[in-house]
Amino acid sequence: MLLHLPPLVRQHLSALRMLLVFTAVTGVAYPLAVTGIAVAAFGHQADGSLITVHGTPVASRLLGQNFALPKKNPDDPREPLRPDPRWFQPRPSAADADKGAGPYDPTYSGASNLGPDNPALVRAVDERRTAVAAFDGVAPRTVPVDALTAGGSGLDPDISPAYAYEQVARVARARGLSPRRVGELVTGHVRGRDLGFLGQERVDVVELNQDLTHLT
Amino acid sequence: MNGTLAGWLQILALVGALALSHRPLGDHIARCLTTTRHLLPERLAYRAGGVGADTEQTWAAYLRGMLAFSLVSMVFLYVFQRVQNHLLLSLGMKPVPPDQAFNIAASFVTNTDWQSYSGEQTMGHLVQMAGLAVQNFVSAAVGIAVAAALIRGFTRERTDRVGNFWADLTRVVLRVLLPLSLVFAIALVAAGVIQNFHGVRTLTTIAGGHQGITGGPVASQEAIKELGTNGGGFYNANSAHPFENPTAFTNLLETYLLLVIPFCLPRTFGTMVGDRRQGYAVLAVMGLVWAASVAVVTANELHSVSSSAGHAAGGMMEGKEQRLGIWASALFAVSTTLTSCGAADSAHDSYTPGGGGLLIFNMMLGEIAPGGTGSGLYGILVLAVVAVFVAGLMVGRTPEYLGKKLGGREMKFASLYILTTPAVVLVGSGIAMALPGERAAMANPGPHGFSEVLYAFTSAANNNGSAFAGLQANTVWYNAGLGLAMIFGRFLPMVFVLALAGALARQRPVPVTAGTLPTHRPQFVGLLTGVVIAVVGLTYFPALALGPLAEGLH
Repeated sequence: MLLHLPPLVRQHLSALRMLLVFTAVTGVAYPLAVTGIAVAAFGHQADGSLITVHGTPVASRLLGQNFALPKKNPDDPREPLRPDPRWFQPRPSAADADKGAGPYDPTYSGASNLGPDNPALVRAVDERRTAVAAFDGVAPRTVPVDALTAGGSGLDPDISPAYAYEQVARVARARGLSPRRVGELVTGHVRGRDLGFLGQERVDVVELNQDLTHLT
Repeated sequence: MNGTLAGWLQILALVGALALSHRPLGDHIARCLTTTRHLLPERLAYRAGGVGADTEQTWAAYLRGMLAFSLVSMVFLYVFQRVQNHLLLSLGMKPVPPDQAFNIAASFVTNTDWQSYSGEQTMGHLVQMAGLAVQNFVSAAVGIAVAAALIRGFTRERTDRVGNFWADLTRVVLRVLLPLSLVFAIALVAAGVIQNFHGVRTLTTIAGGHQGITGGPVASQEAIKELGTNGGGFYNANSAHPFENPTAFTNLLETYLLLVIPFCLPRTFGTMVGDRRQGYAVLAVMGLVWAASVAVVTANELHSVSSSAGHAAGGMMEGKEQRLGIWASALFAVSTTLTSCGAADSAHDSYTPGGGGLLIFNMMLGEIAPGGTGSGLYGILVLAVVAVFVAGLMVGRTPEYLGKKLGGREMKFASLYILTTPAVVLVGSGIAMALPGERAAMANPGPHGFSEVLYAFTSAANNNGSAFAGLQANTVWYNAGLGLAMIFGRFLPMVFVLALAGALARQRPVPVTAGTLPTHRPQFVGLLTGVVIAVVGLTYFPALALGPLAEGLH
């Protein structure tokens, strides 16, 4: 029957059939095979590296979270979040950029995309420096760069060890703990570069804060 | 270990891994493209598809097959997105609007993967894996197929046949891309990339708030996204997203994956033309440009050169993730803009004027160092043809490359190839800047805003797909304009490449004499590098002067 069709039509029908073959192989069989192997061999990672408390997930250790004081009006998306002094604070997050969702919202990942000379970015950096220095009780010029800049995903779970140590005194005071013990907890969470030479040293704020809840 | 030493080691580790892969993978691809044996799965695919894989095609028939396949793919992907709300695993996502669905279909079929949408807000899992990811495989294979046809133009004589499109396409997918993707997808999951079919799971956070954890078959898509130099992220944040790129190790792995096929194809070329030194010469040009670009972008970012925000913050960490830092981000950014991949592990929009400007320049080179899968190789071979021609003019001899004379017909196709992309970029950017509404889409003031528009059209026409993502490009005008730029920037050059292949294959080879320009020596490497830089520099200088250069000299 196909032979009676004009060559141009026949060619496109063949192309469509080839596309369907590739869809079945690379679009269905392949992802299902990867999922099957992944779930069987690396179920924890495949599921999102979740941290659970009594069987209930409270976080993914890969995704940063807000550690903010409760809002005065929980229904007001415009009310800015205020950092809670009892928790280690993550980096600024651009995940909320002009969309109205909160920072660290994984359904709105993204960066600020502010240019290197954009006055709005310069202003934001200056404001963060003042605010973080006052919040942690340190000199403004000592605030590390990761505390002043938003990451690429808006979900960065990590901060620099310097920023983590900067927050120790404030967290200890707010929780009535000894700074030494909180400092030791941070030290235990400092992760070196991957394989010793890849990327940067870091502290996962989500894991750190989760372990902080066990410190009494 | 200090940061500088670690940064250098990271680059060395990447280069080492690429060097180890060069021979085996390059030779493997060459075998796939030259064998006459069909494997059982391939025979089944040909039968199911109803195509003949044994008949050699003329360049025009090869082209028709390629265009038919791409057109059908585009229509299929468009319809898929428009009806996604009726399908499985849609996660409640609405149909993608027509203009955006056109843009996305053009984007993935052309191997560009420009994204005017946010994955987690727009796409159900089924469209991601059975629509977008399928194009990640086949568009990469189409690029390699066209490159194979061009190589055959050099190796064959007195024939009008350049290969069989369906055989090339199927073999590259089944023998190269699929097995590698499978292995590396599993490796990525082991290192933390997710692979599941969950929708958004809302949990109560440690501090008592709420957070929606996204799911998806991410690892399977991530592997081919890099390997096929596609670059379309599962999520809006692309490879900056911790679920796509959870550690500095996965970051290096992804950088390796997006470079490995383009850097191995010169070996395939050298093997197929029977003179591996020719492949090494091309590889040397690619490597030189890549290394220089890595050095300049990394230095710019490390020293916050001429960025007031960088000076205020004490470093260029805006838009970069803590686990990666500047060295890893710059290495990824250079590799992704030189390969036509366009994945991003950091926000290019927030790079220094020098660093970000060079990322634009990288794409303007036409994606040849090492370029996209296949498109990088045929791109640099066309430039090699131009370089030989230039050398021929200097000494007054008829130019020849690999035993083939470069006459008027060949040079016409090469010139058309070179002119197409800049024309699309400059006309597109020019129109955008002339329209007040489109200018208003710029997110940043001053010359940086122009850089955003220039970046967008450069990225689209060169099929890169990365962005100065501040630009609000999800408008009917940008979706249509950039969609057309991607289509013209992909298929017109392919027409000229295949026509060139046909013209070369017809010729009888000319013997090598003492007067023949050797094309495997350092002299030719220098000449070709010079031609690459000069052609691009002269074409784009005015546009670069208005954007990144004005920005850096403010």
